Amino acid sequence: MPGDSLNVHLNTKATAQNTYDAIVIGSGISGGWAAKELCEKGLKTLVLERGRNVEHIKDYAGTEKNIWELTHHMRLSEEDRKNSPIQSKCYAFDEVSKKFFVNDVENPYNQVKKFYWIRGYHVGGRSLMWGRQSYRWSDLDFEANARDGHGVDWPIRYKDLAPWYSYVEKFAGINGNKDGLPQLPDGEFLPAMEMNCLEKHVAASLKQNYNDRVMIMGRSANHTKQVGDRGPCQYRNKCHQGCPFGGYFSSNSATLPAARATGNMTLRPNSIVLEVLYDKDKKRATGVRILDAETMKTEEYYARIIFLNASTLGTAQILLQSVSDAFPNGLGNSSQQVGHNLMDHHYGVGARGEFDGFSDQYYYGRRPNGIYIPRFRNINEKTKRSDYVRGFGYQGGAQRGRVDHADGIGVELKEKLTEPGNWTMQIAAWGEHLPYYENKVTLNKEKKDKYGLPTLDIDCEFKENEKIMRKDMMESAQEMLEKAGLKNVKTFDNNPPPGFCIHEMGTARMGKDPKTSVLNGFNQMHEVKNVFNTDGACMASSACQNPSLTYMALTARAADYAVNELKKGNL
Amino acid sequence: MNRRDALSRVALLLGGTVIGAEFFLSGCTNSDKKIGQSVDFTADDIAYLDEVAETIIPATDTPGAKEAKVGAFMTVMVKDCYKEDDQKVFLEGMNKLNEAARKKFNGNGFMKITPEQRKELLTAIDKEQKEYAKNKEKDAAAHYFTMMKQLTLLGYFTSEPGATKALRYVPVPGRFEACIPYKKGDKAWAL
Repeated sequence: MPGDSLNVHLNTKATAQNTYDAIVIGSGISGGWAAKELCEKGLKTLVLERGRNVEHIKDYAGTEKNIWELTHHMRLSEEDRKNSPIQSKCYAFDEVSKKFFVNDVENPYNQVKKFYWIRGYHVGGRSLMWGRQSYRWSDLDFEANARDGHGVDWPIRYKDLAPWYSYVEKFAGINGNKDGLPQLPDGEFLPAMEMNCLEKHVAASLKQNYNDRVMIMGRSANHTKQVGDRGPCQYRNKCHQGCPFGGYFSSNSATLPAARATGNMTLRPNSIVLEVLYDKDKKRATGVRILDAETMKTEEYYARIIFLNASTLGTAQILLQSVSDAFPNGLGNSSQQVGHNLMDHHYGVGARGEFDGFSDQYYYGRRPNGIYIPRFRNINEKTKRSDYVRGFGYQGGAQRGRVDHADGIGVELKEKLTEPGNWTMQIAAWGEHLPYYENKVTLNKEKKDKYGLPTLDIDCEFKENEKIMRKDMMESAQEMLEKAGLKNVKTFDNNPPPGFCIHEMGTARMGKDPKTSVLNGFNQMHEVKNVFNTDGACMASSACQNPSLTYMALTARAADYAVNELKKGNL
Repeated sequence: MNRRDALSRVALLLGGTVIGAEFFLSGCTNSDKKIGQSVDFTADDIAYLDEVAETIIPATDTPGAKEAKVGAFMTVMVKDCYKEDDQKVFLEGMNKLNEAARKKFNGNGFMKITPEQRKELLTAIDKEQKEYAKNKEKDAAAHYFTMMKQLTLLGYFTSEPGATKALRYVPVPGRFEACIPYKKGDKAWAL
């Protein structure tokens, strides 16, 4: 019948319209890099983002306001806490930045064990509010699983990633010093920020009192010099609200504009990916099916390669939802590892103290960065611990704060509160979380969200190795500050649950063996060669460094590999 | 903002937790209690709270809390940021404070007594709240004057006159200087 051929014709046309060379799922820190690399290599690329659009600078409204121009002077309201009981606990959630965090009531998940899942559903994802600390990993990290038998061996080593670290650092704009440490390799740095008086004093004390550790200036993705049209940093320390000066790296400020400039990117916000479509005859993914969050209509898009960059938990959800006859447990999941080995860093433990002295010293500007004490436990035979494996690093800083409370009232009180107080310093540790198979995320098909999608059951905990390490994290912090002459040194342990460090990793790990891992050494699915994953899900271990820089390097490397394979006709 | 600052801020709260600000600490519980929509303040209430705030932070060579409109700020914070139980303590506290003034100064409420009398009264109540805070059960509500004082200090030092005149404030510093000389009497940075 004539109608049939018309239908065929229309469908073919629709298919052609919805066909790209590549699809990138997610626009956060790794999705932005995938978009940039694929577009710059000439691929027509569709970038799908589940949340709304956020345009660089234009959509950072509020950050230009002075604190008194904000209704609650930066404090949270009861309504904020009611709408976002989890997100509002995050250090970066404030009266201006709260628009970049999800509404917890509208985006539920299930805490089988206590787990704080901090999320931003919008173009740029959490690259907008991230902490910006940027450290390379070393072979101490890539060899860790092989050495002590936890998890599976990484299929790559530092030498595989080193050139890609350099590649992404040059574009991203990372500040730091070349410190010459084997466990924390140097990179391509913008000028470092500077330590203040007390930090310099404590760094010198560490050098004097210890031969196994140093305090270095933190390395961050703030631009101490202009990078292209970005920055330089204006030292407002409001990065998480979005920077109108482009003073730090984000997808919105850097990678997405680069991708757009090629003319090859199509960005589609409000696009929730339901599943990756699979053709069992071709043994390839053919595209994705999405739900438009505004129209609630589904749509299919097709491409030759697919990059999954939906975040560690988002990627696991999409893979688990992508069931077919060939993959009844989720796409590329014959290993049964998808959703498992969930890690975070354990943190929020350390010490702080006061310092008598430097009363004639102060500083100017609000430095959005701190100090770093790189890992010094289990880095060689001499530093080997008998009570736990792996290690931790400290982040912190000194400040001369204002006394914001005192006894009494009236003129005397006012005068007391207008001068700076004592110098104080705090250091807090970030510790490695081992990969445990039983730390996992699964789909809960009984409890659906407002889109009719299953919610996530998150079942994750810190275990003995982490708990024993925490004791050392606290005691060593106290010891270092006391040796540096600080007074009233007090330890703290806020005991945050997994998730709260916002370094989720591991739900689709890389490995050499398809039986025990999901991705190969190029972040390519063992079982579905044209699907790549380069967000936190791919990580086979967690190290103790902030992971974003490693995601960036892995993404650029995987994109290069994928395009070469495409050209060779292998994909 | 970075994580170091978020943690440090807790350390600086030497007077104890800021009411309604427990979000700085992880692991705190959340209340599902309804926000008190019924809480409302009149112009007279704001004028009264302005005078309480001005007694705590008076005008000197720099503006006081009244010029910084701290009374109005307090009402917004109590309405929007306090849990219902704390709102109740604050509202009842406004009456208690007025009663205390009447009792001490021949039936004259807070608005009718002199600035000197106000200072005398609030100095005594400040001691009372400090004592109360020391002895109270951990989860018991704070003293109403703890609330008024905290909100006054917060509101004033984050107000335009407080931040720019009583303290120093540069919205866009443009650079970072790690070590600069400081001499006694120089004002602290507001942020």
